[in-house]
Amino acid sequence: MRKLLFALLLGPFATFASANELQLDSANIDPHDAISIQRGARTFVNYCLNCHSANSMRYNRLVDLGLTEQQIKDNLIFTSVKVGDPMSISANRKDQKQWFGVEPPDLSVVARARGVDWLYTYLRTFYRDESRPTGWNNLVFPNVGMPHPLWQLQGIQAMKIESEEHEGQKVEHKRLVPEKPGSLSAIEYDKLTRDLVNFLSYMAEPEKTKRSQIGIVVLFFLLLLLVPAWLLKKEYWKDVH
Amino acid sequence: MNKLTALLNWVDARFPLTANWKAHLSEYYAPKNFNFWYFFGSLAMLILVMQIVTGILLTMHYKPDASQAFASVEYIMRDVPWGWLIRYMHSTGASLFFIVIYLHMFRGLLYGSYRKPRELLWLFGMLIYLCLMAEAFFGYLLPWGQMSYWGAQVIVNLFGAVPFIGPDLSLWIRGDYVIADATLNRFFAFHVIAVPLVLLGLVAAHLLALHEVGSNNPDGIEIKKKKDPKTGIPLDGIPFHPYYVVKDIVGVVVFLMVFSAIVFFAPEMGGYFLEHNNFVPADALKTPAHIAPVWYFTPFYSILRAVPPLFSSQFPGVMAMGLSVMIFFLLPWLDRGAVKSIRYRGPIYKGALAIFVVAFLILGYLGTEPTTVWGQFGQWLSGADRATVVARVFTVIYFLFFLLMPWYTRIDKTKPEPERVTS
Repeated sequence: MRKLLFALLLGPFATFASANELQLDSANIDPHDAISIQRGARTFVNYCLNCHSANSMRYNRLVDLGLTEQQIKDNLIFTSVKVGDPMSISANRKDQKQWFGVEPPDLSVVARARGVDWLYTYLRTFYRDESRPTGWNNLVFPNVGMPHPLWQLQGIQAMKIESEEHEGQKVEHKRLVPEKPGSLSAIEYDKLTRDLVNFLSYMAEPEKTKRSQIGIVVLFFLLLLLVPAWLLKKEYWKDVH
Repeated sequence: MNKLTALLNWVDARFPLTANWKAHLSEYYAPKNFNFWYFFGSLAMLILVMQIVTGILLTMHYKPDASQAFASVEYIMRDVPWGWLIRYMHSTGASLFFIVIYLHMFRGLLYGSYRKPRELLWLFGMLIYLCLMAEAFFGYLLPWGQMSYWGAQVIVNLFGAVPFIGPDLSLWIRGDYVIADATLNRFFAFHVIAVPLVLLGLVAAHLLALHEVGSNNPDGIEIKKKKDPKTGIPLDGIPFHPYYVVKDIVGVVVFLMVFSAIVFFAPEMGGYFLEHNNFVPADALKTPAHIAPVWYFTPFYSILRAVPPLFSSQFPGVMAMGLSVMIFFLLPWLDRGAVKSIRYRGPIYKGALAIFVVAFLILGYLGTEPTTVWGQFGQWLSGADRATVVARVFTVIYFLFFLLMPWYTRIDKTKPEPERVTS
């Protein structure tokens, strides 16, 4: 009852919060799709793992995804590190800070900090901006320090601001338009980023799918346990009037 | 006499084992009419034990070191077998501890459980609640995420608002000019040993006080007034063991189902139990745009934000926040009602309690959001934040519930209490 009251009281106000923020696209990932996560891992080690580390993630953890250690060594490790080592980088943090203005953050749990929808939108909304030192800007992360790492795949986008009259008020829309095509089509690029985000999400919590499987067993057990517990209570309380 | 009885006699001659078993379990007579609200005492004990056990296991891999703390938590989540489960049990347990304690306290408000002769019982309970808040606050720094760091920064800075000694006081608490390794280490010490020791002592005192005066019940009448003339046992009492032991087992199983559902399916609880920003390592140079304490502190945090500064000092807000917690201590003496239980109270107390609950929930919600969450009023209120104005109104209502209590409980039209408990 109180919950209902709470919802009734607050419901009308809830929409105020996000009215002005950019609508994020749904990443729509499937955490059970091991092949998608494997593809994402490949993109990750090729494009991200040069500047960003994932220090909490060990390479051989990927056996979760059905890979063998040999496959991991052959396809995902390009340096002399061992298969049981974490995904660290050898880049000098001070140099990186000078190049990008910030140290590229460790990406081990980035999906839990940012959310998958944010990452999916972020990776697809880089645009050309000559006023930035890197020449790149981003819709969901304004004045981002990172230049677009996947531009050869996505191509180059430009931002157009369109303004229109809406109920007497001037409303501005930011829209991205393709300027130069990349090696992938728009659909292929969306798929690539979706796989990458799926990997980032997996890496942020490798036990996630296992934990819900165990959860079902635990809840089922507790449900069974409830029966004798209830009967025991009923039996003892028969003589309380 | 068989061997087991002989052993028991041997022990009883040296230690009051059977005597204590009887005094606290098999011959502790509790009213037979406990309802739903009476599950939360035993559940709080269960969570306490669970927090201690999971906490001990976590310390075996956690590193209280500013440069390693964040990574060591992720190490527990990945490389320690079942570490993720232990960690989620501990983080979920923290939030559920507060839910259970809030419901336990609300039970006290419903049935007047703090009234004579249970004033000390209530005071011990309030001290437990304070310890719990300290325990949660110290523990929240340990994962060393952005919210851990900046939340601690905000709370420690509150002490800086104390006139004259403030800045030195907050420096003394931190052990450094900013939240740093020294702070993390001392918070770790408080979290894993100092506060739990006090907490356990207080729980023992709470139970001893309870078993001295006996439990209250949903009718708010004393079962000890009507005893069987021959046995001296309260007519409406039943021995805690086995009756309430088997009943509480049902409560425990249902609770564990809720607990497991959260641990296994939604350990972050949409960012309320584990905040998203806390998955970013602490950075002393990057202040998050929106700092919010974990949900269980937000009603008080709302009150802190609602009180306007005086002579550019935040001290009035800090005082109001402190008072909003401390005022619960005075309940036994503020309540002048002729009856204890809500069942026999008049409409005024029922209304006041309902409004208080709404105020507590709305303040709690507002504390999780930035003050701009509901937008601004128009020119007629010089464009003030809607949320701030609402928080101010409910802060006043929150305090009025307590301050006017001696008056409105006395004039309330109560119903007569029954002689014996009703079912």
